[in-house]
Amino acid sequence: MRDVAIIGVGLTKFGELWDVSFRQMMMEAGARAIEDAGIDGKQIDAMYVGNMSSGQFIRQEHISSIVADHAGLVPIPSTRVEGACASGGLALRQAVIAVASGIHDIIVAGGIEKMTDVLTGQATGALATAADQEWEVFVGATFPGLYALMARRHMYEFGTTEEQMAMVAVKNHHNACFNTCAQYKTEITVEDVLKSPPVTSPIKLLDCSPITDGAACVILAPAEKARKFTDTPIMVAGTGQASDTIALHGRSSLTSLRATIEAARTAYKIAGVKPDDIDLVEVHDCFTIAEIMAIEDLGFCKKGEGGKMTEQGETVIGGRIPVNTSGGLKGKGHPVGATGIAQAVEIVQQLRGEAGKRQSDGAEIGLTHNVGGSGGTAVVHVLRRGD
Amino acid sequence: MAVPRFWREIPNRYNLVGARCGNCNKVLFPPRYICPHCRRMGKLEPYRLKRRGKVLTYTVVHAAANGFEDQAPYVLAIVELEDGPRLTAQVTDCNTDEIKIGDEVEIVFRRMGEDGQDGVIYYGFKARRV
Repeated sequence: MRDVAIIGVGLTKFGELWDVSFRQMMMEAGARAIEDAGIDGKQIDAMYVGNMSSGQFIRQEHISSIVADHAGLVPIPSTRVEGACASGGLALRQAVIAVASGIHDIIVAGGIEKMTDVLTGQATGALATAADQEWEVFVGATFPGLYALMARRHMYEFGTTEEQMAMVAVKNHHNACFNTCAQYKTEITVEDVLKSPPVTSPIKLLDCSPITDGAACVILAPAEKARKFTDTPIMVAGTGQASDTIALHGRSSLTSLRATIEAARTAYKIAGVKPDDIDLVEVHDCFTIAEIMAIEDLGFCKKGEGGKMTEQGETVIGGRIPVNTSGGLKGKGHPVGATGIAQAVEIVQQLRGEAGKRQSDGAEIGLTHNVGGSGGTAVVHVLRRGD
Repeated sequence: MAVPRFWREIPNRYNLVGARCGNCNKVLFPPRYICPHCRRMGKLEPYRLKRRGKVLTYTVVHAAANGFEDQAPYVLAIVELEDGPRLTAQVTDCNTDEIKIGDEVEIVFRRMGEDGQDGVIYYGFKARRV
């Protein structure tokens, strides 16, 4: 297997982008990544696009063709990859595997979701199709509901508090203020979160990531050719993916995601690193409890201590291990299919030292963690500076 | 949705019929077609579960799922049944401040909703504190 490097990244603004279409967003992110990589479109061999639900959000399937078509890249192979909110991370992994195998050289891995062309109720209904329709949604479950079931149990088993969860949102909004692409560039307080309207107790409105339009893109190349294009290649040092039951009630633990633990174990092993070696992470904070569980499951603290670790300030920029320097799903926004790619974009910018006011100094190794549904899919990548 | 989507699940939803594996003796619910523990060695047979269980975790849903707006706020819980399996269910006949982890419940037959104004009315289960 060949080593794989990221040689270019691109992102659109994230938010409610009423005047921008699906096609326009994907072209914007793609063009930025291609320009960043300094390649010519003719050098691109293949593309993978992460997208959860264009059929429900814009009534358009078969977007693999649309993206290749609008990019002027036909007839290269183009493949859509779906794993609910982990679609972007899975697209990246498929692209990494394709370059590593030697079957393709230069690959575009994109991710996109256009979520605001439908009403909010339709959007939350579309998202709910990532849960078990027959045995969760049928009885009245929603996504915030499923994460609330985890949060309540986490509070019961470990003493995690609503204040600690609120601190995740406060931190991620703060980080997002330094990210020009972020949806929410506004500071909030713990009190704001605690006083926000209840959604599914103990989850309140400001514990939730928003509905977002956005697209993200990275360009991959074999490591041995990467330096032809860039002085700062970022190596994909490890990749891991795992599955779990579709329904939350099918799992033995309600307070950790086994898919995260397994995906991380594989990614760490391939990269030859331990959690202690990681300098910063982008984790899947679709709800604040999800970030607390993620930092535990990824091995940055003992099980049950994620809330305390957050409260002690270990996850802020400049802390022991900065978490979600981009603003995360909470502050930057969560265009579901784009999120996994956008996480990689952030880590690449951090490892290159290009993250501006949210730069984490001296970062050499970063990690991305992308989850589908309530944990039925997880994908983890370890990225490392190429020098 | 076409009507068969609802009636094909009737034994499972009305009577709590899951499966038991004759090889490992584990009880499975919601129903499965292959035993995830024994896979091809498994011997699944229909099994009617006992209706008692206890609450492992819960939430009060204020922002209702589509079709459940008229029931909000409602309590949603994961219940561990006496036979072992866990399921997600609304907790009915319960004030939103009464529920707690460890509460004993029984699974009862209830109307769940309707598939639009002209669609089928469908039924299933909810949990009730005992």
